[in-house]
Amino acid sequence: MTAVDQPFPTHEIRERFGFWKRSYAMLVKEFIQLRRDRVSFAMIVMLPVMQLLLFGYAINTTPHNLPSAVLLQEDSDLARSVLKALENTAYFRFLYEVHDVDDFDNLLKSGKVLFGIEIPRGFERAVRRGDKPALLVAADATDPVAASAALGSLGMVVQTALKHDLYIGDPPEMPFEIRAHARYNPAASSSLNIVPGLVGTILTMTMLIFTALSVTREVERGTMESLLSMPIRPVEVMFGKIIPYVLVGFVQAFLIIGIGVGLFGVPVLGNLVLLALLSTLFITTNLSIGYTISTVVQNQLQAMQMSMMFFLPSILLSGFMFPFAGMPAWAQYLGEALPLTHYLRIVRAIMLKGATMQNLRYDALALAVLMLVAMTIAVTRFRRTLD
Amino acid sequence: MNGTPGNGIAIDVKGLTKSFGGREVVHDLSMQVKRGSIYGFLGPNGSGKTTTIRILCGLLTPDSGEGTCLGYDIRRDAERIKRQVGYMTQRFSLYQDLSVRENLEFVARLYGLRDARVAARDMIKRLGLSGREEQLAGELSGGWKQRLALGACTLPNPQLLLLDEPTAGVDPKARRDFWNEIHALAADGLTVLVSTHYMDEAERCHEIAYIAYGHLLAHGTVDEVIAKSALTTYTVTGEDLNGLAAELTGKPGVDMVAPFGTSLHVSGRDVAALEASIAPWRDRSGLHWQKSSPSLEDVFIELMGRSKDNFQ
Repeated sequence: MTAVDQPFPTHEIRERFGFWKRSYAMLVKEFIQLRRDRVSFAMIVMLPVMQLLLFGYAINTTPHNLPSAVLLQEDSDLARSVLKALENTAYFRFLYEVHDVDDFDNLLKSGKVLFGIEIPRGFERAVRRGDKPALLVAADATDPVAASAALGSLGMVVQTALKHDLYIGDPPEMPFEIRAHARYNPAASSSLNIVPGLVGTILTMTMLIFTALSVTREVERGTMESLLSMPIRPVEVMFGKIIPYVLVGFVQAFLIIGIGVGLFGVPVLGNLVLLALLSTLFITTNLSIGYTISTVVQNQLQAMQMSMMFFLPSILLSGFMFPFAGMPAWAQYLGEALPLTHYLRIVRAIMLKGATMQNLRYDALALAVLMLVAMTIAVTRFRRTLD
Repeated sequence: MNGTPGNGIAIDVKGLTKSFGGREVVHDLSMQVKRGSIYGFLGPNGSGKTTTIRILCGLLTPDSGEGTCLGYDIRRDAERIKRQVGYMTQRFSLYQDLSVRENLEFVARLYGLRDARVAARDMIKRLGLSGREEQLAGELSGGWKQRLALGACTLPNPQLLLLDEPTAGVDPKARRDFWNEIHALAADGLTVLVSTHYMDEAERCHEIAYIAYGHLLAHGTVDEVIAKSALTTYTVTGEDLNGLAAELTGKPGVDMVAPFGTSLHVSGRDVAALEASIAPWRDRSGLHWQKSSPSLEDVFIELMGRSKDNFQ
C-alpha cells in the first residue's frame, strides 16, 4: 500500500472530439475482450472454414452410388448391357428391379430411390432397326444438385460405357436417345449457387451472434452499471461494439471466398473491390441487427433464441435454400426485408455473372436502409438508466 | 476546484420516491450533503441505499421528488452529473477480462483525459498496483479489486464520489487503508457519500444518515444521532449474563438487550419504565450496573427494530 498523504493524480480533461474518443475507448475495450476470449476467437476462423467444408463438400461433390430402380419392360441382352454399363459408372446403384409402372412411381415418390431408369418394350429391336428409341431416366430432383450432376453426365457416361460393352458394333452416334426427366423440381439450381450463398449464410449467423450477446453480456456481468454511470452515449456504445466485428466479418468473408475459389473452383468474375465494399455493408447490417437484438432481450439465452429466429427465415426465404422466384408472393415480400436476400443476389451476381454497381444499386440501397433502421431501433431501445 | 453553484452543498434532494413493481423502495427521502464532507449512509439490507445512490448519479429516475447534485438538476442534467461523479458499485463492475491497465485506460479514454496511458500509469503507481498492471482484473483479490475500483472512479477527477458498500468482504487492514484514502480525498475537497454496514466506518464519517425500508430515520453527526435517539443504556457486567438477558427481554421499557463481549447492553427509550423493570436486579450481588450512553450500534439496532414494526 502507498502513503496516504500522496494526492491522487489529476489529469486534464479535454472536451473536444468527445464522440470519437468515447467510441474509440469502447472499440479498444471490445478488441481486447475479443482477443482474450479464446473460444470466440477460434470461432471466427473455425466456424466459416468448417461450415464451408462440410456444406460445400456435402452439397458439391459429384454424387455417386445414387440409389436407383429400373423398370424393365423388356428382358433383353441389350437392356442388360445398358444397365450394366450404367452401374459401372458408379453413379447409380440399382436397388430395385420392377416390371410395373406404379411400383416404379412409388419407389421414387417414397424417396427409396433417387433415380429410375425405364427400358421400354421393344427396346432392343428398335435399336437394331436404328429407330433411336428413348431410354427414360426419371430423377427425384428435390435434391437438385445431386440430380442435375448425375443427369448432366449421363449422356457421356452411357456412350463411353456402351462403346466397350455393346455387341452391335461401334455406332457413329448414340443408338438410342436418353430422355431425362427431372421430377418435382424442374428448374434444378446449379451447384455454383451454393458457395456464394454460403458466404452470406455464414456471415449472417456469426455476425448476428457476436453482437446479439454484446449488450446482454455487459448487463449479466454487472459492468453495465459502471458503463451507464460514465458519460458515454448509446450511439458511441453501439459504434464501439460494432466496428471491431466489421473487421472480423471481413476476415471471415475473405476466408470463405478464398476457400470457395481455391477448393471449389467458384469463379469471381466481377470486381473484387465492389464485392469487398458491399460485403462490408452486409456485415455491418447484420451486426446492427444483432446489436438491436441485444438491446431488446433480457439475457444471453434469449439473445441466442432470437438470433435463431432471425437466422431461420433468412435461410429459408432468402433464396439460399429455395429459388426466390419460386416462392409465393407473401414469402417474397418477407424475403425482401432480410439482408441475406439482397446479399445473395449481390454476391452471386458479382462472383458468377460479373455484375457491376449499376446492376446492384437496388440491393445495395436495400441493405443500407435495413442497416439504418436497425441502428435507429438499437439506439432508441438502448436504456440509459437501470429503470 | 469547482465552478458550479451550490454554496457549499454537494447534494440537495427533496422528497425522492421510487417504486419497483408497486413496492416503494425509497419513500419521501430528503437529504443535504455538504461539500468536502464524508457522508455515511447506513441501513439494513434492502433499505433503499443503493437505489438512492443510483438516483443521485442518474442511473435511475425518481418517481417523484427533485433536487440537485453538484448544482445540476438530477432529472435534467444526468449527463453533466455523470462527468463529475465517480460511482463505485456494490458489485465489482470493471471488466474482469481486461487487465488493470486496460481497465484504467478505458475509463480515462471514456472521460476524455488528455493522455489515457499516462493517466492510467500514474493511477497504478498511486494505487500501489505497480507490477500488477498486466494482471486481469478478475484475478485480483478482493482488497485489490476494491482499490482498483476506487482508482477507476477517481481517475476523471470527480467532485463527488458515490461508494456503495465499498468495503464489503475486505480485510481490516485493507479497510483501514481504504478509509485513510477517503479521508485524504475529502481533505482535498472531494465530497464522499458512502454506504456501509460497519459501525466503526459510520463513526469515521462526518455525518451519517440512517435509512430503513426506504425511510430516512435519523441523520446528523454521530453524536447528534445518538443524542436524538433518547435511548438510555445500562451496561451490565458480572455473572450469568445470559440468564439475565433472557429474564429482561420483553419486560416493559426494555426495548433492547444485546450482549457485547463480557457485558450486556440493556436499552430503552422510556427511562422510568426501564429503571422500574431492571430495579429487581440492580442490587443482585455479582452484577455491576452502569448507566452509559448508547453506542451507535445500540441506536441503529433499536431504530431497525422500531422501523420493522412501523413499516412491515
